[in-house]
Amino acid sequence: MQPVATTFFFYFLSGLTLIAGVLVITRRNPVHSALALILALLGQAGLYLMLYAPFVAGVQIILYAGGIMVLFLFVIMLVNIEKSQKEEQFNKQWVVGILAAVALGVLFVLVYTKGKSLFPERVAQLPEQSNTQEIAVMLYGNYMFTFEIASLLLLVAIIGAVVMAKKRI
Amino acid sequence: MLDYIKSYLGSSTTPGQAGNTFWASVYILLIFLGLSVAVIAMNWLERKILAHMQVRLGPMRVGPHGLLQPIADAIKLLIKEDIMPSQADGFVFWVAPIVVVITAFTVFIVVPFGPTHAVTDMNIGVLFMLGVSSLSVLGIVMAGWASNSHYPLMGALRSSAQMVSYEIAMGLAVVSAVLMTSLNQTGTGTLSMIGIVQSQQVQQVWFAFKFFPLGLIAFFVFAVAMVAETNRAPFDLPEAESELTAGFHTEYSGFRWSLFFLAEYSAMIAVSSIAVTLWLGGWLRPFPHLLSGSTWDLVFSLLAGITFLILGLMAFVGVFRMPKHPYFRVQTIGLAGFGVVLGLIGLLLFLPPVRDRVQDIFWFSAKVAFFMYLYIWYRGTFPRYRFDQLMKVGWKVLLPVGIGVLILTAVAGVLL
Repeated sequence: MQPVATTFFFYFLSGLTLIAGVLVITRRNPVHSALALILALLGQAGLYLMLYAPFVAGVQIILYAGGIMVLFLFVIMLVNIEKSQKEEQFNKQWVVGILAAVALGVLFVLVYTKGKSLFPERVAQLPEQSNTQEIAVMLYGNYMFTFEIASLLLLVAIIGAVVMAKKRI
Repeated sequence: MLDYIKSYLGSSTTPGQAGNTFWASVYILLIFLGLSVAVIAMNWLERKILAHMQVRLGPMRVGPHGLLQPIADAIKLLIKEDIMPSQADGFVFWVAPIVVVITAFTVFIVVPFGPTHAVTDMNIGVLFMLGVSSLSVLGIVMAGWASNSHYPLMGALRSSAQMVSYEIAMGLAVVSAVLMTSLNQTGTGTLSMIGIVQSQQVQQVWFAFKFFPLGLIAFFVFAVAMVAETNRAPFDLPEAESELTAGFHTEYSGFRWSLFFLAEYSAMIAVSSIAVTLWLGGWLRPFPHLLSGSTWDLVFSLLAGITFLILGLMAFVGVFRMPKHPYFRVQTIGLAGFGVVLGLIGLLLFLPPVRDRVQDIFWFSAKVAFFMYLYIWYRGTFPRYRFDQLMKVGWKVLLPVGIGVLILTAVAGVLL
């Protein structure tokens, strides 16, 4: 089936993600920030869908929006919100911030002007049907070693968390 | 326009894949209507069955045998005052029930009621269902926090802890079923809901009975995790009445509360249909190979009509057992009318063209209905778990069992 209203959905989803991202840093209430972050992550999942990567979109929803953000909210709800609302929201390092923003802006402009020669005109569209299989072949075939190292890193993090949280093991 | 509508009828895919917006909308409306009716029926059945399990009568006043009770409840909820606590976080309080309802209903676009009877078939069907239903916990957490009150917050914390822990066991059980789909001749597995049922058809076995007892254990893990995931008894700690009043929806009333109610029941139907699709053969009728042949096909296809005829007959038994006092005359006539309607539906299902089209929907719904009955049965049978016991069951029993079954399934798939 041919995709419909692609342009509309692209601008809708990226606008949603951007607005939600701005809300994350401007809201005073941490719970509202977390909820805005969830919205941003969902918008990103939609963008993955538009890139013919349904598996990545599904995993994004399950892991980030459904798993990690629930734990975020879980912790934030236990924080004393009245106290945290009185605290300062932004720090004073605006010089570094402006430098970083300018550098990123220059990068974007460069990509926009010179990008045509750097990137291929059209990305080859993988068939949507085999997306999950392609990812599996890549992860467990071509990039097996990197994948295992990443999982080892996670294992170390889990053990570290258990060691720090439990006094007597 | 008419050609556009007709163009889908001959095709053998779902309207979503055929790209037919009209039929997709029709399917969405039908599923929405069917779900609402199912929730209303569940409301009545749950009160009635629980009452009979406890040797009570249950609702008897509104309509014959309390049949109109859910409608009376719905009207009461709609015209009730809608209260918002003055210290509540207005926007989050308002949006929480909407999030819960949207997530509960969205999952149904991939539920396969038949080979062509689904809104669409996604390449990531199971993943989509698990992901979207895991978002419903966000709505619960938002409701609990925004109420700005102790009991709802406790309920929301319990709910998020419980759902995050049981999601892992659930996911492992699902993965072991998805592994089994890759044992077709083609050698590639699938996550699509329709594809999973079709591979059970090809392999000639429901996945609950594949690699006995591995499939059965995975099914059991899922069946326990799904009760915890929907916050139902015996894992209904987020809304434990004796400890937390009503848990996360303590501060909700009227229409908003009814949205939570609707979402809870449709989430129950959604997880049951995942279980049916993955392990119990979805829309396939029982014993397709043991009892094969055109005679058995005919017998099994008649069962849908027979079920409705039996229901109608039961209504007529009720008519004759009704007290003969003139006070009960209207109720008796109403029950007789209900029986006639059920009987007519049964007769309609005997017509060959209807019979062939409805058969797979009937088998799917019958299996889901069995799970719905189990939910009520659990609630009538098991006492509520304590929270540490709940966590222990999730992390120390279901999770290791799930991992073990996953590994053994992979080994069995390679060796056998």
